[in-house]
Amino acid sequence: MNSITNSRWTDEVMRRRVRRRYAAERLFSALGLAAIALSVLFLAFLLTTVAAKGLGGFVHTEAKLSIDFAKTDLFLDPASLHGPDAAQTVAGADLEGAISKAAANEYGPAAAQMFSGAAVERLGAAIVANPDILTGKTDLWLPVASNIDIAAKDRGDDRSERLVGELQQHDALKRSFNTQFLTASDSTDASAAGVFGALKGTFLTVLVTMALAFPIGVLAAVYLEEFAPRNRWTDAIEVSINNLAAVPSIIFGLLGLAVFLNLMNLPRSAPLVGGMTLALMTMPVIVIAGRNAIKTVPPSIRDAALGVGASKMQVTFHHVLPLALPGILTGTIIGMARALGETAPLLMIGMRAFVAAPPGGIASPATVLPVQIFLWSDEVDRGFVEKTSAAIIVLLLFMLVMNGLAIFLRNRFERRW
Amino acid sequence: MDMKEKMPITPTTPVPAPSAAIAAEAHEQAPSVADNVSHEREPAPRIDVPRPPTFDERSVDDLDAGQEPKMSADKVSVFYGDKQALKDISIRIYEDRVTAFIGPSGCGKSTFLRCLNRMNDTIPSARVTGRIELDNEDINGPDMDVVQLRARVGMVFQKPNPFPKSIFENVAYGPRIHGLSRNKSELHDIVERSLKRAGLWDEVKDRLHESGTALSGGQQQRLCIARAIAVDPEVILMDEPCSALDPIATAKIEELIHELRGRYAIAIVTHNMQQAARVSQRTAFFHLGELVEYGKTSQIFTNPRQQRTTDYITGRYG
Repeated sequence: MNSITNSRWTDEVMRRRVRRRYAAERLFSALGLAAIALSVLFLAFLLTTVAAKGLGGFVHTEAKLSIDFAKTDLFLDPASLHGPDAAQTVAGADLEGAISKAAANEYGPAAAQMFSGAAVERLGAAIVANPDILTGKTDLWLPVASNIDIAAKDRGDDRSERLVGELQQHDALKRSFNTQFLTASDSTDASAAGVFGALKGTFLTVLVTMALAFPIGVLAAVYLEEFAPRNRWTDAIEVSINNLAAVPSIIFGLLGLAVFLNLMNLPRSAPLVGGMTLALMTMPVIVIAGRNAIKTVPPSIRDAALGVGASKMQVTFHHVLPLALPGILTGTIIGMARALGETAPLLMIGMRAFVAAPPGGIASPATVLPVQIFLWSDEVDRGFVEKTSAAIIVLLLFMLVMNGLAIFLRNRFERRW
Repeated sequence: MDMKEKMPITPTTPVPAPSAAIAAEAHEQAPSVADNVSHEREPAPRIDVPRPPTFDERSVDDLDAGQEPKMSADKVSVFYGDKQALKDISIRIYEDRVTAFIGPSGCGKSTFLRCLNRMNDTIPSARVTGRIELDNEDINGPDMDVVQLRARVGMVFQKPNPFPKSIFENVAYGPRIHGLSRNKSELHDIVERSLKRAGLWDEVKDRLHESGTALSGGQQQRLCIARAIAVDPEVILMDEPCSALDPIATAKIEELIHELRGRYAIAIVTHNMQQAARVSQRTAFFHLGELVEYGKTSQIFTNPRQQRTTDYITGRYG
């Protein structure tokens, strides 16, 4: 008996079987590692390309310009610029003409158009801040037009390259952080365009989505899981919700267009409507995640609470929901991340309009970051290329911050049992 | 433990019953309201041989004569869908003694326990027939609020299941939702008293705000008992409270049951026959959804009247 056993566990057939088992295990872990390496590679590729292209969007080129206000025909009296109407008065003056004349004087006629619309704003602000500069000659650093910017950073057209070369000889070029990109809204001028309007629009839209989808989704999940009787109706509802989560987002856009805009006459292009449309799309995801999270709460906790005489509602809201919250939040993060990156349904309800001012509220026209990226990527002006990538970075950071917050909240609620 | 599957559904030999039991059976078959109730029930798969007498009713009657039971069950049957899990169980639980329910797995003793505070309501397919009374009041009646019933009839579960909250919050939860305290110091007093009664106070008084789930298994179970007695129940149901505990923790819980006896009517389900013998004064033996025998614990363990009881307590099956 003993000899038979020994020969069985140590003979060649057995050894081969053991070797094959080890080989299979090695193959499996190699495949797993390869899959992970591939996804890390993709991620690294994505991040490096976006960073390489987009980081330039946060920096702009400025050129030095000395303006002798005495020689311009601005007709601005410094004494009249101390009142509250100063900004308006300055805006009425021909600052653009003054800049272009001064530039032509300093760097030759080719330089007349080297400054952008942003430069005009900057000059206006400088005058309002200190009207006394109007009496003499002042050196100012002003942002250049986007063709010059591209020539300075990368490779532009021949004329711009020549001008840049000349400016560099005069030591009249520098790079600085483009605060305007973060504070301005969309513009036809690439050098003056910023993401603030789209960022605010995104924030308001996500706020509306969150405010609608989270409570409705969670309550629906709680009701379906804890209170609803098990019958054909609830089965039908469950199937519909699961299907709703798989409906292409453009269809939600059409629904939003038909119901919110045409039927309810809500304002077009507004974060309110965008948020409502995205809430329709996000809610099923939250319901499904919420139901799964509620299902994982151990029945012993429900028994314990019922056993001391808690009502069904007390059991649900004192015990089940707090314990399910981390899971619900995970589902919400996924749903909100999807809503945050959604473009198609928002195009349908008019959020692709050109909006040059940040939205004042949820009912005023706005655009959102993904739509802004989509719009900029369509622009002919080369200055928008790096703006597009820069906006992608802003969108990713926004998403990262939002998810970080949600994960932080989830971990705070997380409890072991 | 799983021998019951090999057991024939119908006893092959008639169980020898003492004449007293036969008399009791005759008494039982007298027409009664409860009988009519049971006829109205849907026919369910049943054993089709005449059932042996369930227990020596007269002897128990003699023992408990003149005493008001805290809870009484009369011809209680439970169905899960079409399957009958309990068949005509009649039992009484008294304030000053511990009643133990013993029997093999799946015999319905936990199901019966869960009828007593209507925890079976939470199972959609479960249907309970028959009458269960608490202080002569029908617990399934329209005047009985199930939430208040569960506060009056507390429960301790098989697996210690403290809330994932602090020790204090675990005990304070019941009094809080029932509004049993007017202010913080009263609530604190209730928590302290409950923990003291559960014999846990000395171990946890310095860490009341630590998580209840961080305690050891035995401490968790005593915490659950403290939680149950914090709402000042009249009856405490314990569903195999020691099955997940080591012998030392088990001994502590048993000691606790001794101390709680008299203050609360206690019904305990246990797999451990020694435990039933140690902690209880009345024992009911369940088998295949039937109450086979009910009597004084000492009598059940030393001189059982039913063959099936003898087989079970001598370890022949179950």
